[in-house]
Order: sequence, then C-alpha cells, then structure tokens
Amino acid sequence: MDLLYKIFLDPFVQMGAAPDLLVQTLWEGLVAGVLYALIALGYVLIYKASGVFNFAQGIMVVFAALTLVGIAAMLRQWGVGPGDVAAYAALILTAVVMLGLAWGVERLMLRPLVNQPEIILFMATFGLTYFLIGFGELLFGGEPKVMITDDLHLPRGALEFKMLGGFVSLQKIDVAAAVIASVMVAALAIFFQKTRIGRALRAVADSHKAALSVGISLEQIWVTVWFAAGIVALATGIMWGARSDVSFALQTLALKALPVLILGGFTSIPGAIVGGVIIGVGEKLGEFYWGPLLGSGIESWLAYVIALVFLLFRPQGLFGEKIIERI
Amino acid sequence: MLYREAGQFKTTYAADQSVFPIRQDRVGIAVILLVAFVVVPLLASSFVLSAVFIPILVFSLAAIGLNLLTGYAGQVSLGTGAFMGVGAYTCYKLTTYFPQANIVILILASGLGSAAIGTVFGLPSLRIKGFYLAVATLAAQFFLSWCFVRIPWLYNHNVSGAIEVPTRTMLGVAVTGPNATPLTRYLVALTIVTLMTWVASNLLRGRIGRTWMAVRDMDIAAELIGIRLYSAKLLAFAVSSFYCGVAGAIMVFLWFGAAEADSFNIDQSFLILFMVIVGGLGSLIGSFFGAIFIWGLPIVLRATPEFFGLTIRAATVEHLQFMIVGALIIFFLIAEPAGLARLWQIGKQKLRVWPFPY
Repeated sequence: MDLLYKIFLDPFVQMGAAPDLLVQTLWEGLVAGVLYALIALGYVLIYKASGVFNFAQGIMVVFAALTLVGIAAMLRQWGVGPGDVAAYAALILTAVVMLGLAWGVERLMLRPLVNQPEIILFMATFGLTYFLIGFGELLFGGEPKVMITDDLHLPRGALEFKMLGGFVSLQKIDVAAAVIASVMVAALAIFFQKTRIGRALRAVADSHKAALSVGISLEQIWVTVWFAAGIVALATGIMWGARSDVSFALQTLALKALPVLILGGFTSIPGAIVGGVIIGVGEKLGEFYWGPLLGSGIESWLAYVIALVFLLFRPQGLFGEKIIERI
Repeated sequence: MLYREAGQFKTTYAADQSVFPIRQDRVGIAVILLVAFVVVPLLASSFVLSAVFIPILVFSLAAIGLNLLTGYAGQVSLGTGAFMGVGAYTCYKLTTYFPQANIVILILASGLGSAAIGTVFGLPSLRIKGFYLAVATLAAQFFLSWCFVRIPWLYNHNVSGAIEVPTRTMLGVAVTGPNATPLTRYLVALTIVTLMTWVASNLLRGRIGRTWMAVRDMDIAAELIGIRLYSAKLLAFAVSSFYCGVAGAIMVFLWFGAAEADSFNIDQSFLILFMVIVGGLGSLIGSFFGAIFIWGLPIVLRATPEFFGLTIRAATVEHLQFMIVGALIIFFLIAEPAGLARLWQIGKQKLRVWPFPY
C-alpha cells in the first residue's frame, strides 16, 4: 500500500502543494524537449529526403559548434574587427564549412551507396561519425571550449516571475532557444510544403527512381538536405553550447534525440517538435517526482520507455506515415 | 586446381546434407582448428593471447549472437552490449551461489539468464519494425546499464561497484581469476566458441534457421505460409541473447578479470554491430571476419607509424586512427556492402573455376 501510495498519489500531492515548482519543472522539460527536438529535426530532414538514418547528426552538432568557436578565435587572432563582427563572420564561414561537408558526404559516401539497403546506409553514417570525431579532435583538440555567447548577442541571465505563491525563473537563453527552434520548424515546414525544392525533396523521399525519371537531380537534393541538416546542427550546437561547454560529450545528446524521433515518427517535422516536448516534459517530471523512488539517473532510460509505450499503440510514431506492407 | 569438387560423388542423403560437402572444406576446417588449438598456443606469447586472440574469440561469439538476430531473423538490435552484461552479471551471481560448480557450465548457464531478459525485450518486436525497433532495443541497453549501476545486489554490494572474478579451477588448473594463465583461458574460450559455432551452424541449417530467414525476407509472407511470427522472433531474441550472454560471461571471466557497468555500454553494442555488418549479415564465418577486422585494424594502425620509423604524438595517432577506421568502414561498405563474407565467397568461386574466368 505504501508503495502504491508513493507511486500514484504522493507525486500529485507534491505537485498540488507547490505549483510554482511544478511550473518550473514543466518549463525545464519544455526547454529540454525543444532542444532534443532540434537534434531530432536534423535526423528527420535527412531521413525524409534520402531514407538515410543519419547517426552522424550528433557529431555534426559538435563539429559545427567547434568549427564556429574555432573560426571565431582564429579571426580574432588575425585582428578582425570587434568581437561580434568576427563572431558573425565565423557564423557564415561555418555555414560554408557545413556546405562543404554536405557536398563531401554526397560525393564520397551517398553517391556510391545509392540503392543500398537502409542498414548499410545507417552503418555508413557510423563510419562518418568516427571520421568526424577523429577529424574534429585533430583540428580543434579534445578539450571543452566556451561558446561565444556574448559575441553572438545571445541573451543572458534569467527572468523571474512571481506566480502561484512562488518564483518561476526562466533562463533567457532557454527562451531564445525555444523561439529559434519554433522559427526553424516553421521555416522548414514552409520550405518543404511550398517551395519547388521542397516538392522535389518529397518526391525523392517517395521514390528515388521516379524522381530521377521526372528530371529531379538527386545530387542537388541530397546536398541541399545535408546542408539544411548541417544548419540545424549549427543552431543546435550554439544552443546546447551556450548551456554547457562545447565538447565531444555533447555527441551523446544524439542518443537522447532518438526516442524523440521514434515517438514523433521518422518522417514528420511537427512530430519531432511534439515528440520532443512530450519526452522532455515526461523526463523532467519523472525525474523530479518519481525519480527519488527508484534512485536517481532514471533520465537515461525513461525517455526510451515513454517512447516505447507510445510505439506499442502507434508503431510508426505519432505523426509518421502509416506503414503499408504488401506481399 | 586445388579447390575443385569434381570426382567427389555424394551417394547418400547424409553426405549431401553434411555441413562441409566438399573435401577441401573439411581439410580446411581441420587445419584451422589445428592451428587454433595447437599452433597458436605454441607460438603466441601470453600478451598476444590475451590482447589479440581471446578478444577476437569473445567478439566473434557476440557477433554470431547478433548475426543470428539481425542477419538471419532480420531484427536490428542495438542492445547487444547490455545482453553481454546480463550474461556477465548472471555468471558472477552464479559463481557466488554455486562456488563448487564447474565454471564452464556456469558460463554456459549464464546465457540462459541473458536469454530470458532478451526475450522480454524482444516482446515489442511484433508490433514495431525496422529502425523503430532498433531504437526501441536501445531502451534495453539503457535500462539494463542503469540496473548494473543501481542494483547493488548484482555486484554483491561491492564498494567499488565492480565485479571481480574469483579463482575457479577445473581439473586442478585455475581457469578464471588472477592465477589463470592466458593459455588456459584461451583454450577454454576457444572450446566454448567452437562448440557454440557448431551448434549455431546446425541450428541455421534446420527448420528454425529457415523460419528465421523467411521472417527476415518478408515477415508478412512468412506469416501467410504458416510461420508463427511471434514465436520465431522471440526465439531469435532468446537464442541471440544466449550467445551474447555467454560472450559477455567469457569476456569478463576469461579476458577482463573484472568489470563494471561501463564495460557494457552502448559503444560495445555499436562495435559488435560494426563487426556483423563489415563481416557480412547472415554469415557465420563473416562474424569471425568482422571481429578479426574490427579488433585487428586499430592494432595494425597503431603499429604502422612505428614500423616506418615515424614518431607521431599518441593523441594524434588516436585521432588519425578514428578517421582511418571511419573512412575504411565507409570504403568497405561501398566496395562490398555484403561484407567480407561475400569477398570470401567470391574468392572461393574464383578458385573453383581457376584457371578459367568462369
């Protein structure tokens, strides 16, 4: 009885007793969820357009962030303008680097592997992960770096609200992250639905052969998608980097985004956001209210279990395309 | 010339269905076994045995386990590391409770614990397919890793949180623990791996293996011809986890000597998946090739700069190694997506018709 009480009643009593804490937890879950969703977005983009489950998205985040910090430091050394000029120049240069990466991946990896089974492509992105880890460490060294938050004019500090008989504090950087994520998702959704390239992307996702036969250039599409995923990775890297340091440890975040991905569905951009929020909020609530029961650290698997429960009811994720199987 | 089956007539069904129908194959396997059991122990130093041969045996067995599930039954799993962990911890608990029992039997029995856990985590596989299932198996990986840290009973409430292998003897010779020589450990591991490979090859040739392959090729069609999907998939999970569990037990008891939860993390799972893919999905011999390749490659890479008399900083070597391994994996997938096993097959076919092109 005592255990049942602790599982089913006590957490809710706590929630009722301190609503400000509940709001704070919800907000933290929301922010974490949005940030997971940003990573998941990178996966979805590439999966949608090329059918590749790109495991390298996590390391792309790290690589983009490191490149940004590295180039900014280099520009500063060469005496380029005040800090923010260097930072924005670095931002543009990093985008160029990501474009180069996208082009390289298309040329050296995807093109020779066209028409291979999904698992082979998946493993190839593993090879890419290893390569980028080695390459990144070789160029930038393994030690953690500090994100150039001030130079990019990202807000700092916290907003405090008085509500529900207590304080709720929001980090400004989190608010900015949420805004940027929403803008990105909206922009990508419009890009996919309304533009010429977006339509071509969806055609490629449906069938490589049919897309080729109506004159869509696969190469161009893939470079575009990987570039878009690179930009998403850059944004993710800046946001995560601003919250902690930029280091290779960030790469493990990619694993956090996987439950988001299956929960939302591999092929759905809104799914990534909704999934992210569900996972983020569920994870933080679970950790805060039910965590003490099981001992800490349940964050590491709770997200997967939440996703698994949803999957049992919808095997293709919440918003994924229905899987139709024919003999 | 050497590898030709002309003149070898099969006059009975038994001869036709034997594992190695060609005489040259039988001779080949005998030579390999002879080398493994006699020549390697005679020539290899203790260091080489415990740094090269024992790991390759462990990873081969784990790769066979994953190959049964992914290569033959078509269910992608990313939880291999955790299942190996279950095997290791089960074996540890078993040695605690049955200190007198034969350690080899305990190692094999610990596979059963792993099989039970594997079956439980295989349950979602009927509803969930493809990459969704792969990510779902990560739930097993993370949950079990968490258990290895958070349940003190598993490591006998050790302060360090690690499991340390006790000394166990067989016929008066120390097999496990700090007193066991690498040679003994190698021979015990080799015997287990050989036996289990033989069992696996027969399992795959029979009804069970064919059921799995039907499920892999198209599960709905398999269901329509009367295969019970659920039992086939769960059996695949159970057998696969059994192999992985035994591999994990061997890894800790005959190689590491001590282990903690971190030895069974997600990197281990990915490493073994690599071995399976590079070696060849759906091929037993490929599992060995993959293990040898993935384990041997870094060793070779580390030795190369010294060989040419170059001095590179250790950190740089490590980074370069990552890059080269990554690039080689991509290269291999491009060159031969079906893995090293396919290259082996092509080589055999070429040898068969030599000196003619076909």
